[in-house]
Order: sequence, then C-alpha cells, then structure tokens
Amino acid sequence: MNRVVITGLGIVSPLGKNVADVTATLRAGRGAIGPITNIPTDGLITKIGAEVRDFDPAAYFADRQLTLFDRCAQFALVASREAIAQSGLSFRDGLGQRTATIIGSGVGGMVTLDDSFHRVYAEGAKRIHPLTIPKFMISAAMSHITMEHGITGPSFTVASACASANHAIGVAFHMVRAGSVDVAVTGGTEAVFTFGTIMGWDALRVMAPDMCRPFSRNRRGMVLGEGAAIMVLENRARAEARGAEILAEIVGFGMSSDALDIVLPSAAGAASAMRACLADAGLTAEEVGYINAHGTGTLANDVTETKAIHMAFGDHAKKLAVSSTKAMHGHALGASGALELAATVMALRQGFIPPTANFTEADPDCDLDYVPNEARAARVKVAMSNSFAFGGHNAVLAIRL
Amino acid sequence: MNIESDIFDIVATQAKVDRDTLKRDTRLSELDLQSIDIIELIFAIEDKFDISVPYNASDLNSAGIAFETVNDLIGAVERLNAEQHAQKAV
Repeated sequence: MNRVVITGLGIVSPLGKNVADVTATLRAGRGAIGPITNIPTDGLITKIGAEVRDFDPAAYFADRQLTLFDRCAQFALVASREAIAQSGLSFRDGLGQRTATIIGSGVGGMVTLDDSFHRVYAEGAKRIHPLTIPKFMISAAMSHITMEHGITGPSFTVASACASANHAIGVAFHMVRAGSVDVAVTGGTEAVFTFGTIMGWDALRVMAPDMCRPFSRNRRGMVLGEGAAIMVLENRARAEARGAEILAEIVGFGMSSDALDIVLPSAAGAASAMRACLADAGLTAEEVGYINAHGTGTLANDVTETKAIHMAFGDHAKKLAVSSTKAMHGHALGASGALELAATVMALRQGFIPPTANFTEADPDCDLDYVPNEARAARVKVAMSNSFAFGGHNAVLAIRL
Repeated sequence: MNIESDIFDIVATQAKVDRDTLKRDTRLSELDLQSIDIIELIFAIEDKFDISVPYNASDLNSAGIAFETVNDLIGAVERLNAEQHAQKAV
C-alpha cells in the first residue's frame, strides 16, 4: 500500500478566503459568527451564522461562467485553484488520467434551487433559466473542478450530510493508497444560507440563538457556516521524488454507522469509527495529541462525543487536547470535515492548537481538555478529525506531520 | 415593441459582439455560439417577448422554424408573437 500525503491546500471560509488568512484568524481565536447579512432574516428564528463575507464572484470568474456556477461551486473552484497552485501539479500532461476528483457536499446548489423554486412557485414564472439543472445538481462543483484543471481520471461527489467531506477525503485517501490513482483533488463545499433552508433548521430546534459554545455548560445549539476546503493528496513516493513540499500525511481513515436515529448521535458508533481510524493508521491511542472534534455545540453531540472519546482512548482521553473550531467558523455541513482537517493541518504546522472559542463554563458531563478560548502553543505530531453526521454516519481521519 | 431592435440586442449580448456588426442576414453559425448558447438565446427571446418557442436541441427545424440567420429569428418571433398573443386576446 502506498503512503498518502497532502501537497496542496486551498480554502474559502468565514475566517478568510485563503490559507494564510484563515490560519491567522484561527491562531487569534477570532470567530466569524455574527448577524446573517446575505439574506433577510425577518420571519426566521435564527438570525446568526458564519458567512463568507465580501465574496465577490466577479473577482474570480467571468460573467459567462457565472451562469453555471452556484455559490458552492464558486467556493470550491477558488479553493481548488489555491490547492492546485500550491501543489505545483499540472494535470493536462497525462497526470490527469491518474488523478481522482472526489468532492463532498451535503446538498450542493441549494441557493440556485431555492431561487429557481421561488421563481416558479412564488413568482409564477413560465420558464426558468436553461442552465438551472446543471447548476444546482449536487455534483456540479466537482464537475467544474475537473473541467477547469483538465482532470480526466475518476470523478464523483460524496454525500453523507455533515460527514460528506471526511468521507470524500477518506475515499480519495483509499484510492491513492491502493494505487488506483496517483493524485486526488478532494475536500468539500457547502453554501446553504437561504431563507427556506434556515427555516428548516429552525424547525429542528437545535440552533443556538446567541453563539456557538461547544462543550460549554450553557451551550444552546449549533450555528451554520459555509465555505469550501480542497486539498491535493498524492502518493508519498511520487511527491518526494519531485521534491514537493509535504504538508502532512494522512495515516488513517475510520468509518461506522450508528444505525439508530436520524438525528441523535451514538457514543458507541462514534467510538467505533475512532477506533477503526486508529487501527487503520496503526496508531495506539497514546500517540494521538489532538482531536479536532465534531463539536457542534448541541446538547446531544458534545456530551455524546465526549463519552465516545473516553471509550476510544481510555486513560489517554484526559491527556488529549480536544477542540471544536466550529465555534469560530460555524457548522459548514458537507464542507465541515474539509474545513476542519485543513484547520488541523495548518495549525499544527505552525505549532499551535486552535481553541474552542466562546467557552464560558465547564459542563460536568464534558470533562476533557477543550483548549478554551486561546490557541495553545504545542508540538503535536499526530491528530484526528471527527465528523458525525445526521443519520449516524461517522467518519474519522488521522494525520501525521 | 420593436422586434427587430430587440432581437439585435439579444443576439449581440449572447454572442458577445458589437450590435453594429450584426445585419439581418448574419448567419448564427458565424457567431461562435455553442449549443448551450443557442438554448440561452432562445430563453432570452422567450423571456423578452413572453412567447413559447418550439425548439428542441435535437431537432434544429422544429415546427418549420429555421434559425440560420438573424432574419430567421426576427421572422419566427413576429409569427409566434402574432399567433400567441392574438390567441390570448380571443
């Protein structure tokens, strides 16, 4: 089996529109959750979110292209440009056929879908734009990445709600490890700030009205985010042979299903995925220094995830640093695994652990070291990143610097 | 409503050319329009004139409507406009 490394990283996040800006914001512990501005919120219970602000599509795309690109595709394309540029790879010279493009998204072109349905049902439009279907289809972002960069190998989109991006990265990792491809462009994208979508989230009664406080005693739920993170995975031997800069190695991927409830998580299911990841990576619990938690800030997730970490890590659990960066960038659903793996890689490379922001009061049922409020200088070599999705789909990645 | 003028505007916008370079006998095939551009062109025409254009990408001459020149488009729109809006008046 081949070893798999990350040789390029790109990001469009509420914390910044490139890797350097996002890393600086993570280190400063500066959150991006605030009043929603991209849509009117009269009539919505939830009025806060972590949006990608001041994103001007005209700065990145020609007019003609924009008719095809939903917001989530725009994010994915900008992030893929940064990642591929950093990797230094060109796909049009034969490498394309040996490269996979596997992107995760929870719902794809929701902004386009919402807008189109509004035209039809609310405005009584007799016709809609001819490119509506190719624009909202969940695979569109992935399609445009292959087209822009000339990547002709295997390509598809992965959907598993909040675990989509970790699953996409994990499948890409498998393919490079097995030698099916030499390179993979992978990650996730999501952009769901529409009136109708937020009304749907309101109805679940899991949205925090004030702020996202993962693991805090007075946490009141999750806050939505959006964005994309794309990374280039490469066969390690190939990367070393060409002198590429190696950002980190992906060492393991573990998956499981709770098979229990469509919204409530299970500690056993989550623990199973973490154990599977350790086994896949050939790691002992003691070797892991940091976990980027799923940590949505809901009552259910945070206590369940804490239990699961105890189950999977035993005595070592108390020695782990565990933080949720969702407190800063919100819950970006299908993109979250990618945003969070990127945050983990960037922070550890710069010698710090990102904090759990907005931490006010310890919860006796959440008894781990959550790195409250301030980034912590640390030399961590091995880390894990968790995604636990609605429906009980658990996907866990492990990296080594 | 000036059908000819509006058609020139729509074709110029879709083909990304100067309106002044278009003539009634300009062939659409000279204008570097891909099949998806033609579909968008039809959509723009339907939207502007509130008519329904019987066009299927697999069958370029649906209902005896030829789209070879700008003149063909003008003729088609004049006919469809008369048929469809006259029907509404009845």
